Amino acid sequence: MRGIARRQKRWALLALTIAAIVLLALMISLAVSIGEISIPLATTAKAVANRLLGTDFELSRIHQGIVWDYRLSRALVAASAGASLALSGVILQAMLRNPLAEPYVLGISAGASTGAVCVMILGLGSGILGLSGGAFLGAIAAFLFVGLLATGVGGTSERIILCGVAGSQLFNALTSYIVTTSANAEQARGVMFWLLGSLSGVRWPDVYLSGPVAIVGFAICMGHVRVLDAFVFGTDAAASLGIAVRRAQIVLLGTTALMTAAVVSIVGSIGFVGLVIPHAARFLVGPSHDRLLPAAALAGAIFMVGADIVSRIIIPQQILPIGVVTALFGAPAFAIILYRARRTA
Amino acid sequence: MSIAVDKVTFAAGNTLIVNGISLTVEKGKVLGLLGPNGSGKSSLLRLICRLRKVRSGIIRLGGNDIAAIPRGDIARRIALVEQQATTETQVTVIDVVRLGRTPHRGPLSAWSARDDAVVLDALGRVGMQGRAAQFWQTLSGGERQRVHIARALAQTPSELLLDEPTNHLDIQHQLDILGLVSKLDVTCIIALHDLNLAAMFCDSLAVLQEGEVVAAGAPEDVLTEELIGRVFGVRAHVQKSLVHGRCNIQYMTG
Repeated sequence: MRGIARRQKRWALLALTIAAIVLLALMISLAVSIGEISIPLATTAKAVANRLLGTDFELSRIHQGIVWDYRLSRALVAASAGASLALSGVILQAMLRNPLAEPYVLGISAGASTGAVCVMILGLGSGILGLSGGAFLGAIAAFLFVGLLATGVGGTSERIILCGVAGSQLFNALTSYIVTTSANAEQARGVMFWLLGSLSGVRWPDVYLSGPVAIVGFAICMGHVRVLDAFVFGTDAAASLGIAVRRAQIVLLGTTALMTAAVVSIVGSIGFVGLVIPHAARFLVGPSHDRLLPAAALAGAIFMVGADIVSRIIIPQQILPIGVVTALFGAPAFAIILYRARRTA
Repeated sequence: MSIAVDKVTFAAGNTLIVNGISLTVEKGKVLGLLGPNGSGKSSLLRLICRLRKVRSGIIRLGGNDIAAIPRGDIARRIALVEQQATTETQVTVIDVVRLGRTPHRGPLSAWSARDDAVVLDALGRVGMQGRAAQFWQTLSGGERQRVHIARALAQTPSELLLDEPTNHLDIQHQLDILGLVSKLDVTCIIALHDLNLAAMFCDSLAVLQEGEVVAAGAPEDVLTEELIGRVFGVRAHVQKSLVHGRCNIQYMTG
């Protein structure tokens, strides 16, 4: 009986996974088709085939360029950013045992913005680094700062979170200081747009960074599913189950830091996805990480691509920062999930 | 010799919590750790399964210094039931008990039929077999404790450490749990507050005060009126129980 039930459950999970992958592919196709210039799905498919399979369909150069150079790269970055942020959220919520933990809890986005404004406004190393490089270095600097602080004060999960809060405040203050003392109005607006998260200006080199980061990050996380499960009753309980706690903390927190830093450096700090997608995925597939991690990665990718579509079409002639959309549409959706979970619990 | 603790000290910051403790437990026997709050019982249990590092002294597991045993090997041998470990995650009873198999599974090995059998057996032993699918948050304090014990049993340990396992349990479950634990074919160290239960279920006792062992031996030798007055600060009358033949303590007020 139990065996049959479990086998049925496994088929249901497999079906769900395939459905989610199909949905993601569909969302990406839609993201490529929808925009100021609407492109039929068939044209999209031909343009992709021309580049990937070397086919030679007759297409206008403009369509080919829009599909391949602008929209497909943008959709793929959105998908990998969504997956990375959702995975980071799952890891941090498990390791820190706090439902409010999210990718930015360790000061990473605050550090990234400080790094970005250092390049953008102060012009530090702008020749070599560029905005993304500066943001990445800032993110890593903030994570190391928070990590050292947390190790110094004992490393319990509450203290790690408090150190993250302190680090975020410090780096946000630095950012504000630089913006208010050195930026002109246009720079300030640019910083603002970047802080809210934006996919505009994303091109293929960004895909080559964010895609592998998401895939490698996912693989590392999947290698630690039992470790993550074992943290459910805290670090001592995990250690008594044979988990090398310190090593797991370094590997997994380091992985989330790199994933988040890569995402933030490309698209700015997009809120909400890393906090809420893990909870939504948990409601769907339960708390076991062997299911939760793939579910969160796929849900994060689908959600982010969808949010990007909405950000481009909701106001004609204008693109909203994607961070605004993720929160504006994600918050009510999450409220509905919470409400339904309350009834079934 | 199953567990041997030799002149062990442990400090948190500058506060000495365990101060030169030596004690041993024979294979398959039950040692009760007694002592007032803050006497070092929980810290000693954590040192024995190497959740904390000793400042000095040696803890031996089957003759080997635990400092040299890999963490995974320790977890396959020693299981710990913590005091009031809880979670906010929506896990079910069987999810928790399955965690006990963690140290026995390789990084890629699938869940096996033996894992299933061990988990079901552990659930049965604590009387929770019908509650496998129930959510952790819906359990009472006593039920949670029993699930933790089942998780520890699923680790199939040869040494079991329990930190006040009967807290929050009604008297029937206190007796059930201690009866179960004392009949297991494993070496047990149990931190306890109830002196009468300690006398009933433990083969030997060690009384801790301010991080030191102040008395150790058979229950009837350890639990004297003088010691209870000195360590716990209460007056008591100790007699041999007519029911179970172990010593029985009656407390006096004033």
